[in-house]
Formats: sequence, structure tokens, C-alpha cells
Amino acid sequence: MNTRQQSKLIYSWYGKPLSSDRKLRTSQYKGILITSESSKTETCIKLGDFILVEGVNADQPYVAQLMDLYEDGAQHKRAVVQWFCRLEEIPLNKRKLLKREISAQEVFFDQVLGYDTDIAAETIIKRIMVLPLHLSEELPIITLNKEQTFYVRQSWDGKCFKVLSPDTFSKLKEANKKRGVITNYSKAFTPSDILTPVKKETESVVRSATKPKNTDMEIESKHSTSKSSLAKERHSQRVANNDIKTPTARKKLELNSPTRSKGKLLGCEVLGLLDDDCDAIAPLEPSAPKRKVKFTGEILGSPPKIPCSNDKSKPTSETAEQRQRCSDTLRLSPYTKVKDFSEKDRDLHEEDDILLSLVGYQTQSSQIPVLTPRSRRTCAQKTSALIAEQISLLKSHGKLAAEEDFSSGSDSSYSSSSEEEEDDDVPCTPEKKPKSSKTFSTPKSSRKSAVHTPAKTLKKTPLQGTPRTPRTPRNATPEIPRRVQAAQEPASVLEEARLRLHVSAIPESLPCREEEFQDIYNFVESKLIDGTGGCMYISGVPGTGKTATVHEVIRCLQQAAENEELPPFQFVEINGMKLTDPHQAYVQILEFLTGQKVTATHAAVLLTKLFSTPGPKRKTTVLIVDELDLLWTRKQNVMYNLFDWPTQKHSKLIILAIANTMDLPERIMMNRVASRLGLTRMSFQPYTYKQLQQIVLSRLKGVKAFEEDAVQLVSRKVAALSGDARRCLDICRRATEICEFARQKRAPEIVRMAHVTEAIDEMFSSPYVNAIRNASLHEQIFLKAILSEFRRAGVEEATVQQIYHHYVALCRVEGLQSPTVSEVMAICSRLGACRLLLVEASNKYLHMRVRLNLSQDDVMYALREE
Amino acid sequence: MSKRKLKDSSAESAECISQVQKILRERFCHHCAAGKLFGMEQQYRHLLELLKRTTVHGESNSALIIGPRGSGKTALLNHVLKDLREMEQVRENLLEVHLNGKNPFLSGLLQTNDKVALKEITRQLQLENVVGDKVFGSFAENLAFLLEALRKGDRTSSCPILFVLDEFDLFVHHKNQTLLYNLFDISQSAQTPVTVIGLTCRQDILELLEKRVKSRFSHRQIYLMNSFDFKQYIKIFKKQLSLPAEFPDESFAQKWNNNVQHLSEDKTVQDVLQNLFHHTKDLRSLHLLLMLASSAVTVHHPLLTAADLQEASRQHSTDSKANIVHGLSVLEICLIIAMKHLNEVYDGEPFNFQMVYNEFQKFIQRKAHSMYNFEKPVVMKAFEHLLQLELVQPLERPSARAQREYLLMKLLLDSSQIMDALQVYPNCPTDVKQWAASSLSWL
Repeated sequence: MNTRQQSKLIYSWYGKPLSSDRKLRTSQYKGILITSESSKTETCIKLGDFILVEGVNADQPYVAQLMDLYEDGAQHKRAVVQWFCRLEEIPLNKRKLLKREISAQEVFFDQVLGYDTDIAAETIIKRIMVLPLHLSEELPIITLNKEQTFYVRQSWDGKCFKVLSPDTFSKLKEANKKRGVITNYSKAFTPSDILTPVKKETESVVRSATKPKNTDMEIESKHSTSKSSLAKERHSQRVANNDIKTPTARKKLELNSPTRSKGKLLGCEVLGLLDDDCDAIAPLEPSAPKRKVKFTGEILGSPPKIPCSNDKSKPTSETAEQRQRCSDTLRLSPYTKVKDFSEKDRDLHEEDDILLSLVGYQTQSSQIPVLTPRSRRTCAQKTSALIAEQISLLKSHGKLAAEEDFSSGSDSSYSSSSEEEEDDDVPCTPEKKPKSSKTFSTPKSSRKSAVHTPAKTLKKTPLQGTPRTPRTPRNATPEIPRRVQAAQEPASVLEEARLRLHVSAIPESLPCREEEFQDIYNFVESKLIDGTGGCMYISGVPGTGKTATVHEVIRCLQQAAENEELPPFQFVEINGMKLTDPHQAYVQILEFLTGQKVTATHAAVLLTKLFSTPGPKRKTTVLIVDELDLLWTRKQNVMYNLFDWPTQKHSKLIILAIANTMDLPERIMMNRVASRLGLTRMSFQPYTYKQLQQIVLSRLKGVKAFEEDAVQLVSRKVAALSGDARRCLDICRRATEICEFARQKRAPEIVRMAHVTEAIDEMFSSPYVNAIRNASLHEQIFLKAILSEFRRAGVEEATVQQIYHHYVALCRVEGLQSPTVSEVMAICSRLGACRLLLVEASNKYLHMRVRLNLSQDDVMYALREE
Repeated sequence: MSKRKLKDSSAESAECISQVQKILRERFCHHCAAGKLFGMEQQYRHLLELLKRTTVHGESNSALIIGPRGSGKTALLNHVLKDLREMEQVRENLLEVHLNGKNPFLSGLLQTNDKVALKEITRQLQLENVVGDKVFGSFAENLAFLLEALRKGDRTSSCPILFVLDEFDLFVHHKNQTLLYNLFDISQSAQTPVTVIGLTCRQDILELLEKRVKSRFSHRQIYLMNSFDFKQYIKIFKKQLSLPAEFPDESFAQKWNNNVQHLSEDKTVQDVLQNLFHHTKDLRSLHLLLMLASSAVTVHHPLLTAADLQEASRQHSTDSKANIVHGLSVLEICLIIAMKHLNEVYDGEPFNFQMVYNEFQKFIQRKAHSMYNFEKPVVMKAFEHLLQLELVQPLERPSARAQREYLLMKLLLDSSQIMDALQVYPNCPTDVKQWAASSLSWL
């Protein structure tokens, strides 16, 4: 992938045009040559070949079959393809239709209509293999080149999965045959087909655990195959198929590299150390060459293998040293090669076993070889925690190694496929973090907890606060513990009413916003049908149903898309208030669209690229930007980009921007931003009392809990104040509570005017007057003193010293003991804390300036009443 | 024999006294543990019902408890939570998150920004384990993570969460009010049921909320106002001071409680309490007063007297600055008097050392009989001492350029305070006293 970006690739036709169309001025070809300038390699891709095509997500190229190649009138090289889709491209809710585990290598024959099958030939990355399988057929165990081999069992037409028709099946097979691929892999030396499902899962875990090492596995397999003639044949075929530089070759090179180490060790010591190393498993290994040594060490098959696994807690430096020594042993012990196949097989088992016990599996599978000493596995269990610790220590190390690995790999799909695989192992996590999956050293024990935690947490009581199993997958989405007892359903009419009046309750329809709904719906619908982009700006004061209406529109559109009345689209929502920084908007959008997690600047680049280049398979994106004003930055580049994308030719982006102020574009946006936002605007007027009334009544349909007049009173009050529907609902809800509260004496099942009035008073009354009336006598006198000082000076500000003199005089009039200055300061700071007064910092003591936080009239009114 | 008996009883009463001290101190220091709520039955029911609905029905809510300092906001909440936890159907159904609380686990104003607050929430919800060993990422990741977690839940199946935001007004000042917006937004949408309770003493809290945040807040406000009268205050006083029924030595408890009853009817005690009540209805100051009084209780003085309370009240209300003046030297007193005169002459305008020194010189030359004429550096030293005691305050920060003698100063004492302090100043020379009283006549 890296090399691809760095070196220039030249695409040229292979052979002469097969046929040409004079009228259209197109000519067809049977193949295309991809020449890399830097590496001087040349790849020929012919019709019928399976290819990888650049996708939205650079790490996940699309899989397709090349159907046609032609040059159009404008001398552009074009290709017609038959798409295959990966599991990631299938909507989450549809994935469960499969009812089985899907490996990362499995793709689906794509029969979704509406994808553009005509692509630019320059987007072809390279050739791969796609092997058709019958549904019941097991996936062959891939040991070599797994990142370039895909399997197809079913087809996907956007609605459901179907078994491949015999026709397509044979066609696909044909295509493979043409390239000389033998498809019937036997499931040779890994015993996976007899494993129990659990075991299988762990196996995949194991595999992913050793992922960075799958190349090592290959080596291993190569070793093994070199002995058994049957496997050898197969293997050589595989190698032959591998037209790109094979990892094996690369590995061989590395194999010779660690000669620089000059460890001087006795053989037996080395063996012991080797064992340690084997137990510590590959993920710990920082770099490729060393890793391989370890595996060889295993093949070397020092059979007893009693690991003093406590050694694992040794500092990292030491383990590194060990590895160096190990590399020496490689040369010391050339007799590795003489081991027969069966023993190796057993070693494989053992290795599995080690990994299993590391993973902490308690369940003893029947598959575990008898020769494994029991003591050892318990020992390993004990130390698994220690290992995990070390793993985290080594993580940074491992990351480095992984990157090293990538850069040395010339095949672009290497990283992507391995990532995929890792994702696949955690089926419960929809979004993935490539960043984390790159750290191959992820403690694989996490997998185990992925399986176990849900059950455990269910049992756990949240209040006791027992921590959950410490290692759950990093990219698992967190969950709030479930409640212990079921939530009670509303028992009375009032409770039912309260539930319906809660703002969170989703009504069947949105009354009083039909017009706005229709406008937005039409706007988005027309853009969807046209396949173009556009912006709409929606404004309105809080609580006028902007977000609710837009969500309703999206819901309806999604329904329509599901019914195939509209082309499918992606829906992304960001909220300015839910971002910590305006630039995070990019990150969130990109994560929604592609699942990548990158930094803000990188995300901006990727998104710009995404929206400015024609994507063959990309659906229209509907983006809701809530609380737009918070995306404001000094340079306004976030807003600029957001509104610039829809204007691009191929963007297929529809933006619905929501904010409170009607004139936001004029007020805070630069001209170039406002101009891109366009003039499609809509403003939500505050609800009138009739509308509010209708909203409440529609929610209360069928529940007789409110007097008609009571609802009207609330509506009128709220409409006069703000027109905020939330307020209206909250007041009604509070009124039901008050009603319930009062009901115990008599039994009015219905909310009356009195209750509503009480609720309104509770919410809207000014607290100041009440606070002053309940203040202590001296506090009240102090307020009086302030008033008289204000009156004397004619300024609404005074120092404590000035007020103090009035205060003492007032106390004398009242016949009270005159207070000390400390007491006055205490009173002043108390009133200041309540914000009845505004006071300066208290270090000025007597010279602290004081102001009233409410009008003098209010204070006078509050004090006079008594 | 009789001696021994006496010893026995004294040992016994010593035990009693230490018990009493312990009980009372615990009661006065841990305000919320007092066990009783005074004059807030209605608020208590409101809050209890609110939280009960959250836990039982999974209803999301938000509310603010507003009241001046010491009015029992935290006590009320703790009381409600305690009672809630005792209820069968509620016990294991509520997750609590306390932010910036003064509860036993957290103290002070801790969550100073949203980032810290988010981390704290994650920690208290025990979600940090989900992230594995990875140290928590950026603020943005953090927020997305938490929102995701909360979005996952729904009314009927997720465990309700109670967010308690102590010193709510401080959260208002966070950037964009992101935390509040999100909390209130969750409480108003069909996600994990949450109840957000804010505690604050600011009456103007609603005006501080941003309009979007305000719209999402349910406007439920529970006011605590200390709205009891003096009769109730006396009752509280009795309640706070009397020993519980389960006190080991019953006869002593009886004696003590009778004494408390007598005290509450005593005129002087009532005066003391009335005075305090007039100053503040805050129960914490009552606790402070009782604490001072009860520390006078010893084996030889086993019962509280009115005099104890009076003494405590005197200590409680003394002026701190005047206290400092008592400890000054005569020279320093003279300087303060000079400043007082300057204040009177120039009507509170700031002065500098030179002016004070000149004033002092005038006094020495014309009036003083007993005073020794100090050198200027010595006077300067005395002046700086006053500066350190913060009886005098510079108007601006002392800079390198300005000479110390000419820095403008202000006196932080009122003339009445100075006169009061002089009245009780021991061995004050008569001429100084006269000078202080005479103001302008000696010129």
C-alpha cells in the first residue's frame, strides 16, 4: 500500500484491441499491464481475473471480477467489473441474516443494483483469487497467501443472501481454472474440521494472536511440506500461483539476518530459554527475524517443554536478549529439519494448547493432547496475568515491529486483510479501530472475556461495584449494566400520562410540523433521486422540534429506501455540542462512513478525497449537523469544508445544518462559507398556544388525565414565554406529579387548573423574593442598609465600609446589638454566595464593593411585605 | 470507703463525658450525619418521589436543589439516597455518579473541567475496564465513548444512573457547557435513564445556563430556604444537644437531657440563641456554637451551663481584626491612630508611609509625654509589620521602581473598630488614648 503510493504505476493495455466500436470510438482489450516504475515489476491482469479495486477506505479495497476492459473516446482506460462485497459492506442489521460466522476471507457475490460497475482502470490495485465454495463446504485452511485469497459462498442482493446459482458457481470456477488454480484444497494438517465450535473460535483467536506471524506459519508449513511429498506438491503450486513476491522469499532473507548476535550459550540452556520464549508467544516478539527463530525453536520440538513460565515476568530487555540467543540456536541446531511430520503436527497441537492456556480457557476441550502435562497448563494460567502485564509493556515495541513488517511487505493488501481478520474475530463490535488492530500484541485473553463478560456482568450487582473482568476487547463498545429488576410499567392513568408526556417518548407523528416535514423531505428526496448534493439550513429557537423533524424525515426516507422507492443512502449525524472541538467533526464523520479512526487533520484530507473523487460503489450520504454554530472556528475551515463538499461534482452529499439563530450565516460566517451554504433555508417558528395544545393532546390521546382547560392554560403560558415544547411537556408532567401528591386525600384522578398553576409557579417564579423573605433578620437589615446607602450616594454600588455605617445606625434604631465587622463580612459573603449581591473578591475586606443582583424595587417589595 | 466510691463514680462519669463528647462532636462535625432533617419535609418527598420514579420506572429527570450555604442540600440528598437504598425494589437498581461532591469520597471542587469530569464519570460507572489496559485517550474519544455507552441503553432494560453535580454553578462555567448539554440531552431522550441532580447555592443559576442547555433542563427546582422560625430553632437546638435513648448510662443521659431542657427555657440562653438566629439561620453556625460550648464539658463540670453558651457566643462573634490589634505594640497602635486621623482628614483617600510618619512626628513633638521618638527606620519596620498583618493594604502591587515610603496604602480597619480595640488595650498610655479620641482638636 505504501509502495503503491510512493512509486508511480503505469497502466498499459496488454495485447491489441480485440474489437473496436467506431461509433463510440471505444476499443476493447483482453488485459491490462500494470508496471511499477520503482520495482520494475510488471503484472498482467486479464479479463475474468479477480482484482482488488481502490475503495473508500484505503485499508479495505473492494473485491471484484474484471469483466471487460475498454478505452473510451476520451482515451480513458475503463473497466467493467462484477462486484463482490465484503462483510463490512453489508449493513449491520442484515448481517445477522447470515446466521453463521463469516471469516474475513469470505466475500459475497454482489447482485445489488445501483452500484456503478464501470470504473476507471487506474483504480485496479492487483490481482487476487476468489474461490467459489458450496455452502456446506468448510473454508480451506489457508496457510499461504491468505491475504490474497477470498472465498465466495453466497450472493447478496441488498435484501438477502442466496446460495450461488450453479451457473455463477461454474463461471467463477472457470475463471479460476483459467489461471490454473486448483480449488479443492484438502483441509490437511490442521485438525480444525473436527474441532468443537468453541475450539474453533479459540483457534481463530490463536491465529489472530499470532497474526503478525502468519508469515512464520507459512515458513513452518513450508518446513513441514518439504518433508511430506503430498503437501509439497500442493505447496509448490501455491507458491507458483503467488505471482507477487512471496512472503516466503522475504522471510528467508531475514532468516539469515540475525547472524550478528553473538550469544554464547550452552545448548541445554538455550533450549530452556527457547521454551520460555515459546510460551510467551509470538505477540511479544518485537521484530520479525526473532519471531521466526522462536517458531523454528518449536519445530525443533524440544518435546518436554516444561515452561518455568514465571520467567515471563522478566524485564523486557532480558527477553529481547533471550531472543537473540535463540537466533543463535538456530544455527546451533541444524537438526531441526530432520524431524518427521507427525511430530511437527503434535507440536502444532501443543502450540495451540499453550495459546489456549494463555488465553485462560478453563474448559478442557477434548482436543487437547494427552501428552500435555497438566501442571504446566495451570502454571500457565497463573502466569497469564503476568504475561498480560508484559504484553502491555511490550505493546509499543510490538507496534513498531508490526509497522516494520508492513513496510517490508510489498503487497498492499497485506495489512488490510489481517485487519479484517481481526475485526472478524470480534463479531460484536461494529466499528473498528485500525489503530488498535495494528498493535498485534493485543492480549488475546481479551477474546476470552469477550465471550464471557456479558454473562458475568449480568449477574453482578452494580452497587457492589465489583469490577468487570478486566480485559474486554479494546474496541468493544461499553455498556451500562442492565438493571436487576424489570422496570415497572405504569399502573395508573397519571403514570401512563406521565410516561407519554416525557420528552423522550417518541410520538407516532409530529403534529404541527407537517409543512416543515414535507419541505425537508422533498428536498432530500429530490437530491437523493438526482444523486447530487446540497445543503439546507434549518433554524429555530430551542424546543421547536427541529431535530425531531429532521430525524423523522430520515426515518421515513430510510423506510422508503428499504422499500426500494429510493436509492439507498448513508445517514450520518454530528452534533456540535457533542464534540470537544470543531475539528473532531471530521473524525466522527469519517468514522461513521468508513470506520476508520484517525486524527482530525488526516480525517479532513481523507474526507476531502472521498467526496471529491468519484466512488463507484459509494451511496449518497445524508449528513445532519446539529448545533452548527459550535463548529465555528476562527478560520471557519470546518464549516467551509462541510459546505464545500456538497458542491463537488461527485460528492453525493446532502447536508442538513441545524442551529438556533436565523441569521447565523450572515452573522458569523465569512462570505465564502455563507455562499456555499446556499439559500435553501427554513426556520421553525416557536409554537403557538394552539400548536402546543395539540402536541400535548396528541400525546395524551386515549388517556383521560388532563382537564381541557388545564392543557390550554399551560399552552398559553408557555407560548407567551418561549414556545418551547419541552417546557410545555415538563410542566404537564410536573402537574401530574402534583396531582398524584394531592390525590391521597381526596381522589381526583384528573389534573386540574390548580395543579397546573402550581406547577407553573414552581417553575417560573423568581426565587429572589422568597430567598430574601427567608433570610435572617440581620441579612435583611444589611439589605436595607444597602438600599439606604444607594439612595444616599445615588450610585448603585457601595463599599462594605459605607454600608457598615448605615447598618450600625439601623441596628440602633431596631434596638439590636450592633454587630462586629467580622459578622458583617460573613453576612455579606453569604448573600454574595446566593448571588443576591454581587461582591468583589473578599481580600479587599472593608473596601470590597457591593452591588445588588436584583432591582432595588424587588428588594424593597420583599422587605416591606413583612 | 467513701473516697473510693467517689473515685469510682468519677471514673464512671469520665467515661460518660468522653462518650458525650464523642457523640456531640460527631453530630456537629458531620453535618449530614445528624440523622434528622428540619423543615424540609415537602422537599424531601419531592426528591424521594423523583428518584423513586427514576429507579422503579426508569424515568429520566433533571432537577436542581437550590439553597443558601448550610441549608441542608447535601443532607437532604444523602437522606433521600439512604432511604432509597433501604427500599427493596430500588436497592440494586441505581448507579450513582457524584461529581465534585463533598461526600466522603471526594472533597473540594475537583472536576475543574469537562475532561476531568468525564474521566471521573467513567471511573465511577466502572466503564474504564472496558477499555482494557489502554490509558484513556483524548478528551474527544472519551466523550464519544461515554455517549456511546449511554446511547446503547434504553428505558426498560438499562440500569438507571444518578448524576449528582455538587457545586453545579461551577459546571456552568465549563467550555460550551458540553457536559451539562449532554447530560440533560440524555435525560430528555430515549437512552439510558439518567437523573441529573444539581446542588447549588446560587439563586440565579438558571440565568447562567446556555439557551439550549436551559431548554433541555426540566426546570424542576427544589428550594431550601431555612424557613423555620425561632421556636423551631429552639427545638432544633434541643434535638441537637440531647443524648440519644441508646446512651449506655441512662441516668446520666436523663440528667443531661433534663439540663438541656432547662437550658432551652433559660432567658440568657434564649438571648444567645436569638442573637445567633438573627444573624444567620444557617444550622452550621449553630453547630459551631454548640461545639464551642460543649468542649467546656469536663468531669468536674459535667453539665452545660448558660455561661458556657454565653462564652461560646462571645468567642463566636468576636471581631477578628480587632483581635489582632490587641497584640500590637504601642508604636504600631500609634501608627494606626495616625492613619485613622488621615482617613478622617482626607475622607478615606489612600495614604503613604511618609504621610503617616509625618502625622506621627506631629504627635510626638506636640503632645506626647510618654512616647519615645523612634527613628524613621524603626517606624518603617513597624509599618511593614502592619502590612504583613494585612491591617494595611497597598493599592497596587509593590514594584521595583516605586519607593516604599510612597506606596499608596489603605487602612483595613474601621474607626469604630480602632476605638473599641483601644478600650480594651492593656496599659495604653493616656496621651495616646487622648490623641486617638481627639481627632482634630490638637492641631
